[in-house]
Amino acid sequence: MRSRFQLGLDELKERLLEMGGMAEAAVELAADSYRKRDGRLAQQVFEREKMINQSERTIDEMAVDLLAMQQPMATDLRFVLAVLKINSDLERVGDLAVNIAQRSLDLAQEPEVEIPVDIARMTTAVSTMVRRALESFLSAKAEVAQAVLEMDNIVDRMKDEAFINLVAQMKNNPDNVRPYLDVLLITRSLERIADHATNIAEDVIFWVSGADVRHNARFSQEPDSDAPRRQ
Amino acid sequence: MGVGIEVKDLNAWFGKAQVLKGINIKVAANAVTAVIGPSGCGKSTFIRCLNRMHETNPDAHLSGSVQVGDIDVYNPGTDAVDVRRRIGMVFQKPNPFPTMSIYDNVAAGLRLNGYKKRHDLDVAVESSLRMAALWDEVKDVMKKKSGSSLSGGQQQRLCIARALAVQPELLLMDEPASALDPISTGKIEELIFQLKAQYTVVIVTHNMQQAARVADNTGFFLMGKLIEYDKTEKIFTTPSDKRTEDYITGRFG
Repeated sequence: MRSRFQLGLDELKERLLEMGGMAEAAVELAADSYRKRDGRLAQQVFEREKMINQSERTIDEMAVDLLAMQQPMATDLRFVLAVLKINSDLERVGDLAVNIAQRSLDLAQEPEVEIPVDIARMTTAVSTMVRRALESFLSAKAEVAQAVLEMDNIVDRMKDEAFINLVAQMKNNPDNVRPYLDVLLITRSLERIADHATNIAEDVIFWVSGADVRHNARFSQEPDSDAPRRQ
Repeated sequence: MGVGIEVKDLNAWFGKAQVLKGINIKVAANAVTAVIGPSGCGKSTFIRCLNRMHETNPDAHLSGSVQVGDIDVYNPGTDAVDVRRRIGMVFQKPNPFPTMSIYDNVAAGLRLNGYKKRHDLDVAVESSLRMAALWDEVKDVMKKKSGSSLSGGQQQRLCIARALAVQPELLLMDEPASALDPISTGKIEELIFQLKAQYTVVIVTHNMQQAARVADNTGFFLMGKLIEYDKTEKIFTTPSDKRTEDYITGRFG
């Protein structure tokens, strides 16, 4: 029989994965609303975001209750801390999906122009990062999380490339600055979503191994020199 | 000032039952070291080996060496009574001398050690009660009221004052707050934190949050062995040994 504490941890994990699914779906819907120039899909993103916000509050409350009532230690403590941080990241992913949906609504009002950026490819890369980050959380596998960190550079390069191409288009076609600016903001939001996926992966690594790999910090297996040691 | 401890190849038995197996550990001076582990893991026996209390059990014996500062605790030339004077101990249940006044409880050890002058005793008693954070609560009644008239938390602080009065180099505490309410526990913990400026403290506790709150370093014992010994924050956030992890997360023990 699982203890009440273990049940609480399991429920927290399920709720966070549920929220992750909502955030992932919001990103896909936002990208579809851009691709199809479909305002109804953008509206669905706004609805999802409300659900994501509600989830964020619920998960925060559950995690705080577990901290206060059960005083988790070691891997359990790292798990609850990781959940709290991932919770914030997923909420921000929801906000960024809304930003994309809003820009898509604006774009749908404008005449269609040729966009020199492969948004579909960038969306696929970003969605994959979010999905893998959530998979690493589900399976508690640091190596899956590590693969997410390595994908972040690819998305950063896509955004830089998009920036150069869009600025060039703005110079060449000053009458169409508005749609190019909207697309630039969409690439910016996608790149930020990738950053949040990276944060999630880092938090999973912290939970699973205790290593802090944020800001390119390397985890050392070497013992701390002034830590006491068994003789 | 507190002193460091070095334990080498310590084995201890009750009759034929071996309760400590090959313990090697260095304990830092002027730090609080917590000893944790499930019941029967040997943690209390371990600290009782540090001041030769273990041998007070009729069928108990041990092997190995314990160095506390400049005291070679198990050297045949070392006097056990002198060891126990230099290494104070506080137990789970407060045990003041019941018929003695609060003042006499603290002064008892000093008198045994040759303090006779009234003024010297007054100064030492006040200083010990202040260090044990009890002075303000008892200064007006300490010569009239008995030690046993105090609350449980006050009695435990009185026992700490009594232990400190003889100026030990090391203070051992065997679950000093397990019989106390949270307010008294908080006072004892605050006191332990302050004592490390002058003493080395080794505390046995079942309460892991307490170990996390008060200790600089923590050792985890299991079935007579020291499984892991590290900085407290490391033990409670990222222990190296799976057995430590399982114990502190409540998966066994």
